[in-house]
Formats: sequence, structure tokens, C-alpha cells
Amino acid sequence: MSLAETKTERVEGWNRAPVIAPDGEGELLEVAMGPHHPSTHGVFRMDVTLDGERVIWLKPVFGYLHRNHEKIAEGASYLASMPYTDRLDYFCSLTNNWAYALAVEKLVGQEVPERAEYIRVILAELTRVQNHASSIGFLIQEMGASGTPLMYAFKEREKILDLFESLTGSRMMCNYMRFGGCRVDVSAAWLDATRKVVAGLPQFVDEFEALLSTNEILMARCQGVGVLRPDLAVNAGVSGPMLRASGVNYDIRKVDHYGIYDRFKFRVPLGDHGDIYDRYMVRVLEMRESIKILEQALPGLPAGPIMDAKAKIRGFRPKPGEAYGRIEAPKGELGFYLISDGGPNPYRYRVRPPSLINLTILEDMCLGHNVADVVLIFGSVDIVLGEVDR
Amino acid sequence: MEEIKAAIEAAVPGAGVELVLNPSVSAQHSLRIAPGRAVAVAMFLRDDPELAFDFLSNVTGVDWPDKEITEKVKVTHQVAKTIDGVEQTVDETVEEVRKHVEPGCLEAVFHLYSVAKKHGPLVLRMRTVNRTDQVELPSLTQVWRSAEFQEREVFDLYGIVFTGHPDLRRILMWDGFKDHPMRKDYVEPDDFEYEPTPHDEVLKRAQERRDKEQAAPAGTTRPPVAPAGNEGTREQRPVAE
Repeated sequence: MSLAETKTERVEGWNRAPVIAPDGEGELLEVAMGPHHPSTHGVFRMDVTLDGERVIWLKPVFGYLHRNHEKIAEGASYLASMPYTDRLDYFCSLTNNWAYALAVEKLVGQEVPERAEYIRVILAELTRVQNHASSIGFLIQEMGASGTPLMYAFKEREKILDLFESLTGSRMMCNYMRFGGCRVDVSAAWLDATRKVVAGLPQFVDEFEALLSTNEILMARCQGVGVLRPDLAVNAGVSGPMLRASGVNYDIRKVDHYGIYDRFKFRVPLGDHGDIYDRYMVRVLEMRESIKILEQALPGLPAGPIMDAKAKIRGFRPKPGEAYGRIEAPKGELGFYLISDGGPNPYRYRVRPPSLINLTILEDMCLGHNVADVVLIFGSVDIVLGEVDR
Repeated sequence: MEEIKAAIEAAVPGAGVELVLNPSVSAQHSLRIAPGRAVAVAMFLRDDPELAFDFLSNVTGVDWPDKEITEKVKVTHQVAKTIDGVEQTVDETVEEVRKHVEPGCLEAVFHLYSVAKKHGPLVLRMRTVNRTDQVELPSLTQVWRSAEFQEREVFDLYGIVFTGHPDLRRILMWDGFKDHPMRKDYVEPDDFEYEPTPHDEVLKRAQERRDKEQAAPAGTTRPPVAPAGNEGTREQRPVAE
């Protein structure tokens, strides 16, 4: 029974779910997964039409966490929007801050001192490690592992969040980057604590891999499920670990050469098949590459200021113009597009959310699979609703 | 950038491409394309082996509202004047203040990158005719699938209708929502979940009474009354759909 034989009722201007079963017998089951659902990573709904257990139609519905971030930014000054960016992808607030700071720095041509660049890289890679660990932990949880691997991941994540808290004052809503550098300098004690945490990370990833990568259940449920072809991935604007798991070699750290990533040696892991297992492996390997970057960045941290002395903080009015700045966030390509009209507030402030755009091909990946696989495929996309809805 | 413009004009005749310079330091200049041949231009940009812009990174909506422009213009009139007892027609130059409204429009901005060639960004812009009734632009979803949700969002928040989009409906706001929230002239209703009640009659009468009192002759020392708000006036507000 191929999908092409599915009869679909199409009403003008609205893509309606099919109501006639493909083999003409029985009815199809329409299920709304969410918005209150333990496995939807937040308030997210999927309207799924099932033929038995198989998915033949899936539409994601979101907007439940829409907080009007872009319009608020039009009424607030550039710096006032920085705490709001923490709350976009609330797992990775430091990378959100960096992306916004990068876009504004591009808009005005602001330079960033070297020490601040090193600190930015260190914090971004720590963010990446804890994000990938949580993402894998949640994926395993959705497979039915009932919390224990998730808590292994969170144990490590808590160590990293403790570092964030002692440096920035907050575990998750850090509000740390500024246009032209960082808010607060790192102390020697903090660097010692970070070195200890980073020293313990390789063993954590080894344990994680030993526990999970050759696990029968994980392999059976993830290999061959939710395959995403590389050409479709590129055309659908997919970015981040999901794109690289499909075999496309595109890492913005290597392509755009932003920050000082060119100074560090690290590889870009690629997948072969584009299934959930490849996405899991790409995330594990990216954690290892992030640890490598941390091990190179921590010893090389130079002395100096953390904020450009000529950075304008009060009365910050960029000249009219626009800029698009993007970084490789743990979820994908996080971009900020700013149009300035010369005033203290941006004329247009746009967040390019990787989670939303990675969801474009959710239906394509889920068609033909079972409902249980939908949960896993959705978990492997690794979205955060704060970013999808803004 | 000029080479890309020349290449587009060579490949797609009648494309209507113009270069829009970006005055900021970022030097990310853009190309404004006419909506008529936009899909052909997009396909050329994607399929050309040199350019290979296969990755649509970002679709943004921008609202440029109507601008009222006031300018002082020197106007020469012919005026009949009496000079030294003789009636003559004399040219008199007077400075007049003229106001006109430059119509606004909605704009969609596309950021393109190339995964194959690792270059970018190329910024494309498309403008609608006006902000009220002619708000259609061609959809680029058939060229780049990533436009699917992003064009829905621009439709939802700005009201640009993308013709040819497979499933154009609201994405962030709920289905019954009226108006387009990211527009510069958007006014929130006082009550998003308004339902008519018997109190509405009483409220309307009170508002009429208050408006009559506001029109009372000058000299009253009443404190200024707040203008009638839009309590429950969802039906009365102009619906821009």
C-alpha cells in the first residue's frame, strides 16, 4: 500500500486531512498529540491522521508560546532586548546572546577584544555540550528509559550550569554577552572550576556512549527511522546536527569564520543515513569536538579587557542600515536580522529560529512510520518551543 | 553583487532587478526583484551551477507605513496689485506648505546562502504594491521548501498573501485572530476574547452621553475625558483581511 494511493480531500486554500482510508475500509483516526504531552518538548501540537498505527498525514501546530518577542524588541532599545534573547532557546541562552551581539556588532562594525572572544567560545562550547547531552537524554527518555540516562546527562549539565551561575549570576537566563564583549570578567577561580569540569567531560561522554550507542533497543528503534535525504534537508533550510546527520558538510563555525573558531582544530562529524541514530551519533561526536575546542581555548585565554573601550553603551543609536548575523547554535543556524532607522530602537528585529525551520520537513520524515516513531523523530529534531514561537 | 544582478538579468528577461545599497558597515547589499518574475529568478539562483543558492536561510516581513511628507514649495502666482495707482498683474512668489502622503508597502526579505559553494548571504527583497488591498507576492515555497513555514509566519504577522503557497494560513496566532499584529499600526483590542453581553447596550448609551458632554461649549472646567476606547469593538474595527 503506497502513500500515493491515499485519497486526500483537498478544500480550497486549506490542506485537509484525508478522511477515507487507503484501502477503502474503515475510518482513519485523527489524533491531536499535544499541546499537553510529556514528549512534545514544550507546548506543541501535532495533528496526526493514522491508518491503524501508521501516520499518513501530520501537521505541526504551534504558537502556544508566542510571546511577541519581535514586536517588544521594536519598542525596546537594542540592549534591552538582550535579556529577551535568553528566553528564545532557553536551554542555550549564551549562544542566543552571542548571535544577537554578533548581529549588532555587524551592524555597527564593532570590534570585540581577544579575551572576550575566547570567553565567548568557551561558554558557547560548554552550552553545546550541555545541550547535546540533554537532547540525547530526552531522546532516550522518550524511548522508554524512564529517566535514568536523562539524569546521567543532567548530572553533567548541572556542573556546567553551576559554572554559568557563578559567572553570570543565573543558571539558564544568563544575559552575559554585550555589544563589544562580555558583561563580567572571568576569575582565576572560575577558570580552575571550568578546567575541572572539562577534565571530567571526556569520561562522561565515554560512559554515555558505552551505555547507549550499542544498546539493542536504541539501535532497533533509531536505525532507519525518520530518514532525511540530504537534498531535501538543504532545500528545506535544515541546519545544525540534523543537516550534518544527513551527510551535508555545513557547519557555520567553519563556513562563516565568525569569532575565533579558525584558531581551533576541530572536525565536523557527518552522518551517512540521516536517520535518528545518525543524529544521535552526530550529537555525541559533536560533544567530543566541543571538548576538544574547550581543551584548546582554556589554556590559550589571553589577558586583556573583556569589553571594547570604544563601545558605545549609552545613547546607542546605530546608523540606518541592516545586518544579518548568524552563528552555529546547538540547535542549528540561529540568525538575527536587524534593520536600523537611526533611532535607539530597531526598526525591524527578526529572529531566524532553527527549531521552527527544522520542523518544516517533520511531516516528510514521519510519513509511513508508526506513532511511537513520530515521538522519536520529533525528539531527534531537537526543538525548543521558546525558539519556535518566540 | 553587480555580477549577480547582470547574471539574473541575462538569464531571466524582464526580471526587474535593482540594487539596494545598505548604508551600514555590514555592507550586505540587497537586490530588489519585481514580483512578476520572482519565481523564475529564484529558480535561476538555485539551479545556476556558479551561484548555487540552494539554502534559503531566512524570510522576513517588513512594514513600511504611509509617510506624510511636508515640504515647503515656492509657488509663483499671478496677482493683481495696484502699484502707484495703476492696476497690474504681478508675479508674486510665495512659500506654500504642501503635504502629500507617500504610500507605504509591505516587504519580504529573503536571505540566501549556498551550501554547495559555501558563499552568501544574498539578500533579495520584494515589495507589495500597497498595504491595504494589493498585498500579494509570489510564494517561493516551490523553489525552496524552507519558505513554507516562514511565509506562513509573514502572512500571519504582516498580511502579505503569498500566491501559490500550498497551505497559507496562520501559524503563530490562533485561527480566528483578526488583523496582523506585527504591522506598525496594529492596535490591540482591549479584550481578545470578547463576547457580547447585555451590558453592551448600557455601555454604548454611556459612551454616547459622554461624547455629547465632550462637545459641550468651551469654558467648562471639566477634566479632559479619555476618548472612547475600543471596548469590545472587534466588529467595528476595520478588518484588514
